Amino acid sequence: MEQNFMKLQFAAKSENESFARVTVAAFVSQLDPTLEELTDIKTVVSEAVTNAIIHGYDNNPEGIITITARIEDDVVYLSVEDEGKGIEDVEQARQPLYTSRPELERSGMGFTIMENFMDRVEIDSSKGRGTKVTMMKRIESKKALYN
Amino acid sequence: MRRRSDWASPMEGVSFEVSLQIEFEHGRKALIVRLKGELDHHTAEAVKARMEEAIERGGFQNIVLSLKELDFMDSSGIGVILGRYRQINSKGGKLIVCDVNPSVQRLFQLSGLFKILSIEDNERAAISRLEVMS
Repeated sequence: MEQNFMKLQFAAKSENESFARVTVAAFVSQLDPTLEELTDIKTVVSEAVTNAIIHGYDNNPEGIITITARIEDDVVYLSVEDEGKGIEDVEQARQPLYTSRPELERSGMGFTIMENFMDRVEIDSSKGRGTKVTMMKRIESKKALYN
Repeated sequence: MRRRSDWASPMEGVSFEVSLQIEFEHGRKALIVRLKGELDHHTAEAVKARMEEAIERGGFQNIVLSLKELDFMDSSGIGVILGRYRQINSKGGKLIVCDVNPSVQRLFQLSGLFKILSIEDNERAAISRLEVMS
């Protein structure tokens, strides 16, 4: 089995959103994903990191966000974790268009996008301790074409 | 010579500096807004503020929003576009979005924005639509 792993830790600052998604995309690119698959990965990382910054840490830049990415054959496992305030009602947070901060012009689509772009999404959150989003996606590798 | 590796490609042209530019053009029928770069939570606030101001100051009723050179957008972009749709709609005006790439199109579909937004292939089509309507 082909395996690889990486771990990334950074300050919960919005300027790191682009850094995070580009870095994860660069790591995943060893599976030779399509442009669409790569965009999917960038988008879900952006959504999860944004959630951690706005909701987990209430925009406190002292918060730390940890991302891990693991590759097992053609499957990517991602986790995005914060040690912020946690989600009170995970089921509610997963609902399309739900936002806990309606005053912020947020669309409430973060988790819906993650669920649509990835094959599996799990949310593990406890109040006062933080949130960990774990996601999985199979990459339909282009390598198959050359065999 | 070092062989160019496939690994390099997703990092090509990546910069961690200011990642979004807005261009305004005062058209006869509408304010044309062109977004270039990456629209995420980090850049959304500035896009919101600058568009809001341009709409109010110029007294524009209609907006043509071109996403032709937008390289990345996530749900923060949906929030900003929806916000401007509401702003323009409350003035009885029209917001037309054009040059929507497939990944942004998927976001519009998921969020239901497709149902309420007017979408055209390009700026010219958007402007002629406004001319037909008036």
